[in-house]
Amino acid sequence: MELLGKTSIDFIGKRNISFVISAIISIIGLIGVVQVGRGAANMGIDFSGGTAMQLKFSKPVVIADARAALHKNGVAKADLQEIKDGNKLLVKMAGAAVGKPSEMVQAAFKKEFADNAFTVESSTEIGPSIGDKLRKDTLIAAVLSLLGIILYIAWRFDFQFGVGATCATLHDCLAMFAVFYLLNKEINLLFITAVLTIAGYSLTDTVVVFDRIRENLHKNLKGAMNTIFNDSINEVLSRTIVTSLTVFLAAASLFFFGGEVIHDFSLALLIGVLVGTYSSVFVASPIVVILENRALAKKA
Amino acid sequence: MPKGTGWRISLIVAFVALSFLYLTPTLASKLPAWWGNLLPKDKIHLGLDLQGGTHLVMEVDTQKAIEGSLDLVATDLEDTLNGKTLRFKRIARSGSDKVSLVFYEKGTAETVQKLIKDKYPSYEQSPTFDDGGFVAMTLRVNEKDAQDRKDKAVQQALETIRNRIDQFGVSEPTIQREGINHIVVQLPGIKDPQRAIDLIGRTARLDFKMVREDVSPTGAIPDDAELLKEKTVDPTTGAVSEIPLVVQKKSMITGDLLTDAQVRIDSQFNQPYVAIEFNSLGAKLFDQVTAANVGKRFAIVLDNNIHSAPVIRERISGGSAQISGSFTEKSASDLAIVLRAGALPAPVKIIQNVTVGPSLGQDSINKGLYAGLIGVLLVVVFMAVYYKLSGMIANLGMVLNIVYLMGSLAALGATLTLPGIAAIVLLVGMSVDSNVIIFERIREELKLGKTPQAALNSGYDKAFLTIMDSHITTLITAAVLFQFGTGPVKGFAVSLSLGVIINLFTSLIGTKVTFDLFLHKGRATKMSI
Repeated sequence: MELLGKTSIDFIGKRNISFVISAIISIIGLIGVVQVGRGAANMGIDFSGGTAMQLKFSKPVVIADARAALHKNGVAKADLQEIKDGNKLLVKMAGAAVGKPSEMVQAAFKKEFADNAFTVESSTEIGPSIGDKLRKDTLIAAVLSLLGIILYIAWRFDFQFGVGATCATLHDCLAMFAVFYLLNKEINLLFITAVLTIAGYSLTDTVVVFDRIRENLHKNLKGAMNTIFNDSINEVLSRTIVTSLTVFLAAASLFFFGGEVIHDFSLALLIGVLVGTYSSVFVASPIVVILENRALAKKA
Repeated sequence: MPKGTGWRISLIVAFVALSFLYLTPTLASKLPAWWGNLLPKDKIHLGLDLQGGTHLVMEVDTQKAIEGSLDLVATDLEDTLNGKTLRFKRIARSGSDKVSLVFYEKGTAETVQKLIKDKYPSYEQSPTFDDGGFVAMTLRVNEKDAQDRKDKAVQQALETIRNRIDQFGVSEPTIQREGINHIVVQLPGIKDPQRAIDLIGRTARLDFKMVREDVSPTGAIPDDAELLKEKTVDPTTGAVSEIPLVVQKKSMITGDLLTDAQVRIDSQFNQPYVAIEFNSLGAKLFDQVTAANVGKRFAIVLDNNIHSAPVIRERISGGSAQISGSFTEKSASDLAIVLRAGALPAPVKIIQNVTVGPSLGQDSINKGLYAGLIGVLLVVVFMAVYYKLSGMIANLGMVLNIVYLMGSLAALGATLTLPGIAAIVLLVGMSVDSNVIIFERIREELKLGKTPQAALNSGYDKAFLTIMDSHITTLITAAVLFQFGTGPVKGFAVSLSLGVIINLFTSLIGTKVTFDLFLHKGRATKMSI
């Protein structure tokens, strides 16, 4: 079976459109990163420090009531979120100290919802010093893995291809930040893990395309750059899509069936896989075309 | 059989056998008796997010340990100088790293300087100086000793905490030191986390101090006394009341002189209490103190809170005493545990507490496995439809991948977390990727009119570098995540990095050999791809 027959789409010719789209995505992503750096985004308590609890009630709870109950009992600042499946409530209190807040929340609900028993399914309390350390470690991890990937690309490809692959990788990471920022999803350790995983994985598609382009460049020394690139992308288009599709299927099953703990994590992976496929065709390759053409013009 | 397939097949089969061997302890609920010492016993551990439990990071306030040892030095000097009838005005710790001594006469100060030089050679002495008409000097702990003391305090705290947890009874706890002054405690499957946290985090410093009934708690408090509070909880209303009491600063007896502490039940009131036993020095001191102070009150002080302040009715010899009060059976047994295990050398602060209830853990396992199953099914069906028989070979490779991965996780005694399961599901998708790249190449070669065997060989050859590239970049991030990740993320990194390496093997050797078997001798004219 074949998903696509022989295609001849002018990918490179559409680069102006794709560059505009990617620039917008990247700018939003950059804003997201800056907001994360300032701590202004929706930060997970693993970075900001604080308390998060997941409570399971025996009867449904109205969020407004829960908020009122907490307010009445001295818990002023708390983010509440309902989990549809089974009367669950997430309570998040950023920046608070370890120990006290979780007791206060439990006491408040015990008092106000006397007829609605609950159990604490999970609670996470993170002191500010741990949050700081984690932030630092994560930053180092992110820088190191991006650096590692860039070094590998630099070693493996020549300059023009290296720049293209690096831009595509950064673009993918920024796109994930952009979507999470726009959806106001929590930026936590798992999200960063997803971003770094995609940074490594999304190169697969780029490498598939690049390898074919180089192969064709060697075969066809005289053809126009645009044609060689377009032909190469069209030739490998079906495998670019199929490889992403299989990972997409796996990530989608995690997203739909994996439960709330890894819901956002799988969402990040899904976005990453999609964007990674897009960027190998519409970001990485056009950049190389531009650079190669420029290099040729210089020689001539 | 075609040339060169023999060793590859043996390798694949051997790895499968090895994986199952290593997986046996994980899968079998009980190992048979003949499973000797040579066979592997490590199994895949479930992370706290899957089996429920508590993960604590504690910070030891090491500065307090230094201050504590300086307090001891000050007390010891007081006793020594009193014993030698050397007169002094004041000896006390000042600040975080000094003991200051104040004398009436220069002569005494000089004698003491010599004495200290012999007794505490590692401390740095300042020259004497004038302090409002008195002769003063300071004793400073040197930097290296301070570091040693801090280091020892963390080590000691770790031992004490381990002791307490052992006595509390948690199966397979992990207690580790991390960094300079952090202690990480993992308590899997614990039912009452708050109680365990209270038990572990308590300093449990026990002091017996005389009550100064001559000083009013509301008035000025002399230098050698301090104001402490006695907390009582009304058992019916739960209301807490605090009674302030002035006690002597110096303790008569401390908790480190205990040899045992046990919960007993008072037969008269059916109330639990904690019976304590002193060692010989403690027994002697207790005997002396009670003999000299019949009719007076002494305070039993726990972590600077007065637990109770009974009146000494008679001299108590024999070295046993009891701590009674409004105990529940649990609180009495917890107190007995901390007294037996000893006090922490310095207070600890809990700076991270992640607790997952057992129901959520089980829920995560179920959902993770369910999602995995669906992921596998989707990929299997897709590959079979899209690449027909060849797709089935890729699926076979994927199954091998999972078996190998689980086997290696078991062999390493690795911890499986929910993100770890997610990584395995993701790998299901990634593991067929290599085959997709190879298959697409083969299709191209077939279209060029090559024979199946030739197309197969050039397909694998040409796809090789591409596959290496994509695996290495994923491996780079997985390795970095492994290095820097903690808990669940580390579990993710372990599964991912192992999976990527295994995937290289199965896609380049495992599936290739299957094709070779099918297509050998070049007789095949058609390929199901």
